[in-house]
Amino acid sequence: MADFTLDEEQKQIQEMTRKFAEKELRPIARECDEKDELPEELLAKVWELGFCANIIPERFGGYEMGRSVLNGTIMFEELAWGDVSLALGALSPLLVVVPLLEYGTEEQQAEWLPKFCGERFYPATAALMEKRITFEPTVLQTTVERRGEVLVLNGAKCMVPLADRTEQILVYATTVKGAGPSAVEAVLVDRNTPGVTVGEREKHMGLKPLPLFPVTFEEVEVPLSRRLGGERGINYMRLLNLSRAALCAMAVGVSRASNEYAIRYAKERYAFGEPIASRQAVAWMLGESAIEVAAMRLMTWKTAWKLDRKEDATREAALTKMYCADKTMLITDYGVQVLGGHGYIREHPVELWFRNGRAFDTLEGLAIG
Amino acid sequence: MIDFSLKPKTLKALKVARRNAEYVRTLARYYDEHEHAEMKEEEKERLRANIADLMKVLAEPGEGDGQFLTNIILTEQRSWGDPVTASAVATQGLGNAAIRAVATPEQRKRFDHLFCAMAITEPGCGSDTSAITTTAKLDPQTNEWVLNGEKIFVTSGKRCEAVVVWATLDKSKGRAAIKSFVVEKFRPGITVTKLEHKLGIRASDTAVIVLEDCRIPYDNILGSPEIKESKGGQVGVLATFDATRPGVAAQGIGVGRAALEFTKEKLEEAGVTFPYDRGIHSLTAVQKEILDMEANLEAARLLVWQSAAMMDKGQRNSLEASMGKAKAGRVINQICQRCVALLGPLGYSREWLVEKWMRDCKINDIYEGTGQIQMLVVCRQILGFSRHQLK
Repeated sequence: MADFTLDEEQKQIQEMTRKFAEKELRPIARECDEKDELPEELLAKVWELGFCANIIPERFGGYEMGRSVLNGTIMFEELAWGDVSLALGALSPLLVVVPLLEYGTEEQQAEWLPKFCGERFYPATAALMEKRITFEPTVLQTTVERRGEVLVLNGAKCMVPLADRTEQILVYATTVKGAGPSAVEAVLVDRNTPGVTVGEREKHMGLKPLPLFPVTFEEVEVPLSRRLGGERGINYMRLLNLSRAALCAMAVGVSRASNEYAIRYAKERYAFGEPIASRQAVAWMLGESAIEVAAMRLMTWKTAWKLDRKEDATREAALTKMYCADKTMLITDYGVQVLGGHGYIREHPVELWFRNGRAFDTLEGLAIG
Repeated sequence: MIDFSLKPKTLKALKVARRNAEYVRTLARYYDEHEHAEMKEEEKERLRANIADLMKVLAEPGEGDGQFLTNIILTEQRSWGDPVTASAVATQGLGNAAIRAVATPEQRKRFDHLFCAMAITEPGCGSDTSAITTTAKLDPQTNEWVLNGEKIFVTSGKRCEAVVVWATLDKSKGRAAIKSFVVEKFRPGITVTKLEHKLGIRASDTAVIVLEDCRIPYDNILGSPEIKESKGGQVGVLATFDATRPGVAAQGIGVGRAALEFTKEKLEEAGVTFPYDRGIHSLTAVQKEILDMEANLEAARLLVWQSAAMMDKGQRNSLEASMGKAKAGRVINQICQRCVALLGPLGYSREWLVEKWMRDCKINDIYEGTGQIQMLVVCRQILGFSRHQLK
């Protein structure tokens, strides 16, 4: 039966994560942005929320509390409301945990999942994006080729989070260069394997606290057993859709943050004897943003809901991703605009959200839930 | 719990509604080109039979979705066939929604079976309902209300059996004095004086109604006759919009969906495909535009569904109802206008219905509050501003 309200458990998740974001992420967001820093203490604190262990089965050392894509989006929105770069960094272990849970063979799960159930943040990452202007996630150029008992990887990836400190990188590569999503496989690669080169940390206009790296693979040989899902492989579109749902939830969080801030500012800032929010030209920007935040959230929830039901959500995920990217740019732009000159100064956070908001069109595969 | 699924009963009703809508669509062009023509009896018969089929499904045992939401979903489907042609056999109008929102059980017994239109706008006022000049005065001798004034843009003003009229008890007391009254058409002193000629939704009559010393029983007032100045008044009458706006938005979404689906069909016949797994670099301008339209339509629909589901839960939904209508009104107009353009000379031609849909759906960004009025409602609420703080 159609229902658009959170249940008690979901309200709790929302409430708890919101408080956490307010207390732990917001206060350090600006400083981390200025210093390009992802603090270890923060990673540890987010880790304590149990976002990995909670969804891992007991037999692999987890709490087996069940995994819900929808509940994930509720959590991601709140964390990204706190700060999206910090959220992306702290949640990066999911980039390996979720694909393992979805498609890992029993052996692969038994080997890898326990590592994510420990006391300490266990860094892990995935490499999906490739550095070219025409990049699109369904047509990869990085290849994986089977040669006897080994897989050989070749290609160049970019925007790989935390690649400087992870033991493994889950690499998305295609069996046929330039072929569609059905040719894509995921291979778990030790970072120290010969032929793997992690380049110098990338510099972007936003997401500055998030360490992102280019990683190249040159005749990288890995055992056949590292192919995620074994002979069955993976459903790459589903993983991509899961990632899009998570990224959209974060886009909602960033947009909401900017909209809330601009609303508060516009009520306090006086011009011509009244709050600037009393002018329709200003109020309309705020209202339109609020409408779009609500719409983005519903679309994200619907995508997540479909994914929870194991239905094909390619259409929803694609449309929602496109929509959220568009509207996040619009809303974070309005955020700066409402503050005028003050919005342009780095003392206010709206310019940070504006820079971070621009990322969602580009990002693919950097979050998953 | 968040759930986007519909109950089997709703899905079954949707199938019947779709079949009905397909039939209505075959009549749409004729009644667009023959404004104010009375519908042929055999067509009316069939429409009534179709509605009966739908009612039968809804009356079947088994759990359904919320009544209000179900109504919204079926409205979209009906409107996909045609937004107004079926109104020739309508038995419920906007006035009924107002009655359901504020009437006493006694009044509902008296009025629910009547087809009730809604009369708010006057020659001198539209969105600014506080400027209403139609008066209602109590005659203490007979305990009757006596109404005087002129109402315009009364949807179904000709076909309806009663009109919910907004009138003021005391012009000097502003909004708080504005009340709504049910005026049955048989009352002496109510006259339909004109039928408007319109851009679209021509199968729906839009009337001018004059009230001249029109007397109605005391109990025909909806809500309390008390003038509560401190409360800012008008709350009672405005609450009816919370119920009607999602419906008007859903009607528009039905038209927008019709135009988009039709355009996609025609483009597909012309060899255009609509891939959801491709990026911006491998999409044509037309493909990208269609995807944008789909996303926007879905955004509007979900906002409207949410506002409707809140009604079912008895939650106050003014903000959400206005959000949904503001978004839907804008989006469906963009969609229909672009669809006409995307279909070239055939889109512009009256051979197909796309140009009609474009004319029709313009109304959805106007009636039940223009898009700009919706924005005012939304902005005041998110800012916590009164109408004095945000004009």
